[in-house]
Amino acid sequence: MLRYILSRLASALIVIFGVICLVFLLIHLVPGNPVDMMLGESARPADRAALTAALGLDKPILVQLGHYLVGLTHLDLGTSLYTRRPVIDVLLERIPASAELALAGMLVALLIAVPLGVIAAVRKDSAWDQGAMTFSLLGVSIPNFWMGPVLILVFSLWLGWFPVSGRDGFGSLVLPAITLGTALAAVLSRMIRSTLLEVLGEDYIRTARAKGLHERTVILKHGLRNALLPTITLLGLQLGTLLGGAVITETVFSWPGVGKLTIDAILRRDYPVVQACMLLISLSYVGVNIITDLVYAWVDPRVRVGRGR
Amino acid sequence: MRVVMPIIILVIWLLMAVLGPWLPLHPEHIALEHILAGPSVHQWLGYDDLGRSICSRLVIGASTSFQVALWVVLVSASFGSFIGAISGFVGGIVDLVVVRIIDIFLAFPGILLAIALSGIMGPGIGNVVVALSIVGWVGYARLARAQVLSLKHREHVVAAVSLGTRPITIVWRHLLPLIAAPLIVEASFGIAGVVIAEASLSFLGLGVQPPAASWGNMIRDGARYMLVAPHLVLAPGLALMLVVLSVNLLGDRLRDRLDVRARLHD
Repeated sequence: MLRYILSRLASALIVIFGVICLVFLLIHLVPGNPVDMMLGESARPADRAALTAALGLDKPILVQLGHYLVGLTHLDLGTSLYTRRPVIDVLLERIPASAELALAGMLVALLIAVPLGVIAAVRKDSAWDQGAMTFSLLGVSIPNFWMGPVLILVFSLWLGWFPVSGRDGFGSLVLPAITLGTALAAVLSRMIRSTLLEVLGEDYIRTARAKGLHERTVILKHGLRNALLPTITLLGLQLGTLLGGAVITETVFSWPGVGKLTIDAILRRDYPVVQACMLLISLSYVGVNIITDLVYAWVDPRVRVGRGR
Repeated sequence: MRVVMPIIILVIWLLMAVLGPWLPLHPEHIALEHILAGPSVHQWLGYDDLGRSICSRLVIGASTSFQVALWVVLVSASFGSFIGAISGFVGGIVDLVVVRIIDIFLAFPGILLAIALSGIMGPGIGNVVVALSIVGWVGYARLARAQVLSLKHREHVVAAVSLGTRPITIVWRHLLPLIAAPLIVEASFGIAGVVIAEASLSFLGLGVQPPAASWGNMIRDGARYMLVAPHLVLAPGLALMLVVLSVNLLGDRLRDRLDVRARLHD
């Protein structure tokens, strides 16, 4: 197990280092200069040169990358060009809102997907199955940025049940969480259906039935429990969809999270903040995937032995 | 029904995209007297907040999304498949490097990378294509690589190697035809993904810029007037949903027909 953990962590470190370099190069090699952004195009060349030097942008790109990496080791992510505050402070303010939305979205996804997937698998080829799979297809085909406004129209403007936007108590969380969770629920319910169908064909299910166990016990205790294992891994992999979707959902609902911050920073060309947001989102994605892998390896010994990448 | 309806919808999409620019439409013509007017006999889908015909803009938006989808899928599928197949076949250090690069790209939620890229490169349809292709090739590369790994020890490949055939020729002539089916299925789902991604970028203001029409920026502009004129958001949203749904439905059928899943488990 220790060996598996170490090899997994080593490859994750390489990926993380690559992610940091990629984000850095992306932002520094592409045209569009923060100095022009801050001073405007009519600035005097001398002021321009002074600011370039002050920001360290006159040094070779590798030196800049080095500085950035050193800064990262003590959580110095630079200063926001827009608010002039340390990026780390701006980021820390936004994390709770994003985490809250991500968790709520995942909860919504599970609440929809588990019953739907189970019903579809148990009543395979029935109208229930058809209905569940149609929902799933609809769920992946409706983009967040359309579903959000439609939900706002119906539940906020017409019915007045929930606030239109912002983050103010539980009511304001409901619509964003549904918007974010539906796409994930669509994917998950398909996975649960197909893994449960596979599991229900196993010998131990036949044994459980032959023992005379109640059908509900067979499906929930012997079937679903085993089907959930692969689902958890896939849930980890789908977190990318959730985090990416959160950027759009947060924008639609003006939810003050990291996703909204990313978009605002891009539109303001506030590069240090863009860089930090991208890093945070991709690192949390990588982190969750490592944790899922390790949990999976811990639960299922075959993984440790067989799949060491 | 499950095949005919999607095909009809996609044919309409295609016709709108191809014929749209030649039709006598006025997507940017402003009729102030019709601002926010709802659907009527003369103008089926009504007018938007500037008094422009929504129907015309919908047709031009179809052309935008179709062009982007076509180019992105062509570029990313051919580049990705090629890189992945070569990497899997050649192996060694090349493969190691390619796998690392793929891993790094996969560490970003795809849409996030696309958002950042188009934010940095600036708006415009060309930049949208570039950004989505940079994000998109990875999936094809990973799939092609995995397929080639499972096939490279087949006898006809080993025979070609021992005859001294160049790797590129082997990949092109002896491997690609065998791995085409799953790649085509991947590409068909890829179309749906790109259509949504283009609309997302335009929705965020990073894609197609006004006054040019995209379903994404139509939804963005319409969202402000939702209470008084919901048709501004509903029309482009429904169009988008129908196209994506149809592509997904046909992709499902194609996967079953080509029996890709069975082959992947070989």
